[in-house]
Amino acid sequence: MINTGDTAWVLMSSALVLLMTPALAFFYGGMVRKKNMLSVLMQCFIIMCVLSIQWVLFGYSLSFAPAKGFWGGLGWFGLNGVGLEPYADYAGTIPHQAFMIFQAMFAIITPALIIGAFAERMKFSAFVIFTLLWATFVYDPLCHWVWGVGGWLRTMGALDFAGGTVVHINAGIAALVTAIVIGRRKNLDSNVPAPHNLPFVVLGTGLLWFGWFGFNAGSALAANGLAVNAFVVTNTAAAAAGLSWALIEWMRNGKPTLFGVASGAVAGLVAITPAAGFVSVIPAIIIGLLVSVFCFTAVSIIKPKLGYDDSLDAFGVHCIGGIWGALATGLFASKAVNSAGADGLFFGNPKQFLIQLATVLVTIIYTFVVTFVIYKLVDLFVGVRVTEKEELMGLDLTQHRERAYTVLE
Amino acid sequence: MKLIIAIIQPYKLEEVKEALYEANVNLISVSECLGHGRQMGVTEVYRGAKETGNLLRKIRLEIAVNDNFVEPTINAIIKGAKTGETGDGKIFVLDLKECVRIRTEERGHVAIG
Repeated sequence: MINTGDTAWVLMSSALVLLMTPALAFFYGGMVRKKNMLSVLMQCFIIMCVLSIQWVLFGYSLSFAPAKGFWGGLGWFGLNGVGLEPYADYAGTIPHQAFMIFQAMFAIITPALIIGAFAERMKFSAFVIFTLLWATFVYDPLCHWVWGVGGWLRTMGALDFAGGTVVHINAGIAALVTAIVIGRRKNLDSNVPAPHNLPFVVLGTGLLWFGWFGFNAGSALAANGLAVNAFVVTNTAAAAAGLSWALIEWMRNGKPTLFGVASGAVAGLVAITPAAGFVSVIPAIIIGLLVSVFCFTAVSIIKPKLGYDDSLDAFGVHCIGGIWGALATGLFASKAVNSAGADGLFFGNPKQFLIQLATVLVTIIYTFVVTFVIYKLVDLFVGVRVTEKEELMGLDLTQHRERAYTVLE
Repeated sequence: MKLIIAIIQPYKLEEVKEALYEANVNLISVSECLGHGRQMGVTEVYRGAKETGNLLRKIRLEIAVNDNFVEPTINAIIKGAKTGETGDGKIFVLDLKECVRIRTEERGHVAIG
């Protein structure tokens, strides 16, 4: 039976999640140098175009068609059989296509998150090919394992409410691999690039926070109490994490920064994502407060020591935050919040923590290996990195023949 | 005392700075400017409308030096900015009549370095 309230909420949420990709474009775009602003916006926008098509043609089928194997197969190619009646295994009260389009937005934003790792130095053609292959051979299978009917991680009992594993750890690991393999940007040591427009970073953060209500509360797939729980804990964790990041900076560096609060809020949103439908508000505060400690350590202390150039900290925020969120779900999950979920370690079920840990490890290993292979293949055929001169001139002019800002007028 | 003004490619700024530091020239002013030389620029395209031969973005350096630093400064700028293609830019050397350090009111060549 189709429920009109549920359907309205899921459609609304789909639109909210779509908005997160342009939001991310501004979040990332503000962080790069002005000669690369358009390249980041362009990468985000072209993902919306390419993956929207990929998803309705075969991405949704590979991810969600019921199957026990590596992925879902092509049974739902071109949305064949994905109609306007509910498909009860995923959502019993909304049209199947509503679920499909909601999931499409997740498939779009996940590869967009990786952009932060290789920003300012990837060739556009290589980027498009890499993204399409990555979405097909990394995102779609993993999505099937965790969320698809017959997926083995789902069958094992892994809890991932809105994509901590599928979206954030997945994209975060891919970010680490690409950042390492593509190498550091030129002149990084003599001239640490400052974000060219912090107001854009904050605009992006605000829109991400807003869109994330669709991401998490929409993942209830119904306009019900569970959606409200997800909404409340999402807001709470983001707030706690933004505050916590500012406090860490205040204590360590003497001044809290706007960039820090924005980074913290995003880290909090990442961490609460897998937990949103399983934890209550006090755990959400703990998850938020602690995620900034982990992510701050990763981006401000560990990254400079190890020397990889994850330009905009896609790994440091999304992977570290995602891992903490997935493990925290195994600690704080409670059947009192969601009877369809499970109890976590602190509610007497240590096994759930181990399941979460196993899921995290599987994701890390699979994504690491396959991302590496895809990167190398693309590099072999088209070359991934721009020339040194192109990098110095900026990607806007060399990849797109446009620039974001004029000097006069 | 001379004032050296150099117009260079924006993407060569880092290398020029490096070369100047190596030559012990540490005091420079940098600004962004637009200019028109012999170079045809990268063609920009906006909704199909091409724009070429427009004013190109350049970097302008101003460096005040004592006479013994003139050649090292020129050489450093060339070292950092030269690619051999049109558009590499120009260096102008001007006589400098006076130089005053505002903080101490020192004048002349002591005020430069």
